[in-house]
Amino acid sequence: MSEQTVSRPAGGSRAASSTPARPARTIRRGTVVKWVLIAALLVFLLVFPLYFDEFWLRTGFAVFGAAIGAIGLNLLVGTTGQLSLAHAFFLAVGAVSYTYISGESGGLGTRAALQGLGLPPIVGMVVGVLLAGLAGLVFSPIAARLRGIYLGVASLGLVFIGVHVINTWTPVTGGFNGRAAPEFSLFGFTFGNSDPQLWVLGVPFREAERLWYLGLVLALAAYVFARNLLRSRPGRALQTLRDSEVAASVMGVNVQAYKARVFLVSSMYAGLSGVLYALSIGSIAPESFTLVVSIQYLAMIVLGGLGSVGGAALGALFVTALPLLFQQYADVLPLVSAPGQGGISAGFAARFLYGAAIILIVLFEPAGLAGIAQRLTQRLRRGRAPARGGATTPPPEQPGSAPTPSVRPSQGSDTR
Amino acid sequence: MTQFLSLLLNGLSLGAIYALIALGFVIIFKASEVVSFTHGSLLLLGAYSIARLSEPLGFLLAVLVGLVVTALAAFLIERLIINRLRGAPVISLAIVTIGVDIILLTELIRRIGPDILNVPHPWGGESVRIGGIGITQNRLIAMIVAGVLIALFFVAFKYSSWGVAMRASAEDGETAALMGIRQGRVSALAWVVAGVLAGVAALFLVGSPTPGVSSAVYATALRAFPAAILGGLDSTGGALVGGLLIGLAESLAAGYQEQLLFLGRGFGEVVPYVVMIAVLLVRPSGLFGTKELTRV
Repeated sequence: MSEQTVSRPAGGSRAASSTPARPARTIRRGTVVKWVLIAALLVFLLVFPLYFDEFWLRTGFAVFGAAIGAIGLNLLVGTTGQLSLAHAFFLAVGAVSYTYISGESGGLGTRAALQGLGLPPIVGMVVGVLLAGLAGLVFSPIAARLRGIYLGVASLGLVFIGVHVINTWTPVTGGFNGRAAPEFSLFGFTFGNSDPQLWVLGVPFREAERLWYLGLVLALAAYVFARNLLRSRPGRALQTLRDSEVAASVMGVNVQAYKARVFLVSSMYAGLSGVLYALSIGSIAPESFTLVVSIQYLAMIVLGGLGSVGGAALGALFVTALPLLFQQYADVLPLVSAPGQGGISAGFAARFLYGAAIILIVLFEPAGLAGIAQRLTQRLRRGRAPARGGATTPPPEQPGSAPTPSVRPSQGSDTR
Repeated sequence: MTQFLSLLLNGLSLGAIYALIALGFVIIFKASEVVSFTHGSLLLLGAYSIARLSEPLGFLLAVLVGLVVTALAAFLIERLIINRLRGAPVISLAIVTIGVDIILLTELIRRIGPDILNVPHPWGGESVRIGGIGITQNRLIAMIVAGVLIALFFVAFKYSSWGVAMRASAEDGETAALMGIRQGRVSALAWVVAGVLAGVAALFLVGSPTPGVSSAVYATALRAFPAAILGGLDSTGGALVGGLLIGLAESLAAGYQEQLLFLGRGFGEVVPYVVMIAVLLVRPSGLFGTKELTRV
């Protein structure tokens, strides 16, 4: 049973047992390669805004936001084995709180006037994350009592209730039409187009460039935190919980408490992701937090590989960037077309693709993209130079027409 | 009082439709341990086929073909995907059905688009009055048909060899297999039955007072999930009770909307989920579900 979902530990032990004779040298070589790749990826991500235009930066920011949410959901579903479809709800809590706390009061032109506290955006972000965590904590007693699949359907309810509340609570959420999200700023430095004007190496740093770095820093922090959490004592406890609750409690793991905590952490991740989502779209609306969104997040972690932090980030890249890329290159791609031109529209095409990918992954590669990446690195470590590595690695979101530099992020991110 | 009785009757008829869907959901779970998230789009597939075929084929034939299409789709999902994953964790199985749902739903929504497809029910949109209580003919017929189907199902479940085989394999799959019960066949048949039930539910769900087949039907079908959960995922009787409860709750909340205005407009559509969460708080395995016992 656990064979299906365990990705890292199983893979690691397989590597160790298959190469017992020459441990020291190969590991050192593998580690060096790994660090070089990580450094290259970091440098690439840092200089990215200097070379790419706004479309790529905006896509990147959306991916960073989604990656944070996916990592959070993965802690809950992948690591602890609690199927949750409520992620959109927690995203909504974060996004709405941020908009309410940092937004200004004012009329909407309709009967209802919008309310807002007008506090600094950083306060809105922090409180948004905390409130999302609180919502998770409030739901966790229900969640902790429900076994596996009951939780999956029960959490479905939260999403519908959440959308209803957003539709109804107009003064706070803007109601059916939504409301604009305030621009982010940090101690007087705004993440907008001006104020202060900024040039780096001759490149004007406007909103997209500034947000890119914000997203990068937050996503990296979220990644490192989750990695460390999984390697720590609580992380092992959560993995045991997934494999067998009975075994976990026999080993002294307080099942209820751990379930509550993982819900807390996961929904805090979702809250942060929601705030970034509001920043990336520039507004919030009920249809941004429907069941479809929950399912997208589930798709991300399944594609990436349940239980793998890097996999979640990869999955987020795949699911988030795909529709945007399809939209951008609709006229060059076969089958895909702009809405109303007979072909399949970008959003639909992306959904077909990741729907099929989910089925194929569960059927043939339960460890997901992370599993595939791991197999490749193992081959690399054994010294068999993977000449065709490049051919198999890039996830299919690179259409043939994409500019060549975009090949790099996906290759690099395999090592994450 | 008349309003209350009328809401009650309409709630029961809606609940009967929900019960049909929930029943399919439950027998799939019993036979193959899968929580089928495809059920909503299967139902939409049935509704779509009936609506599209009723022009060339005529109503009756269209309904028949629609039921066959839904059952066939369910059968194919079981054979091609679920059957290969026997013994996989419940979560993987649920996720795979979500994958199927994404594809099926996307294609159906793409085909339906913003339109509302009309299903020409021969009984039309008229309503009947029974002592001052109004109900549309469609809902009345739905209630009768659902009642008959559910009764038939329970009889078959209890006495037919298929029912016995299915109950045996739900009880203990391994032992049932050793007794010569073919698990694959039981599971496939359960999916087919669930598909037919979903198809019948679709036929009535898109009749008056609902305007016709649109992508909103999917959201309605989803409200049968709380019905199944609230009755207890592995209890067929629970599905019936859960369906009726959800139908009643929804109808009453929608009917007394003016009095419940502080909860917001359209609260009726959310009320099934609220009821579900409330019930699960008290009984984590639903009203009639088997409690999971843990032995060390």
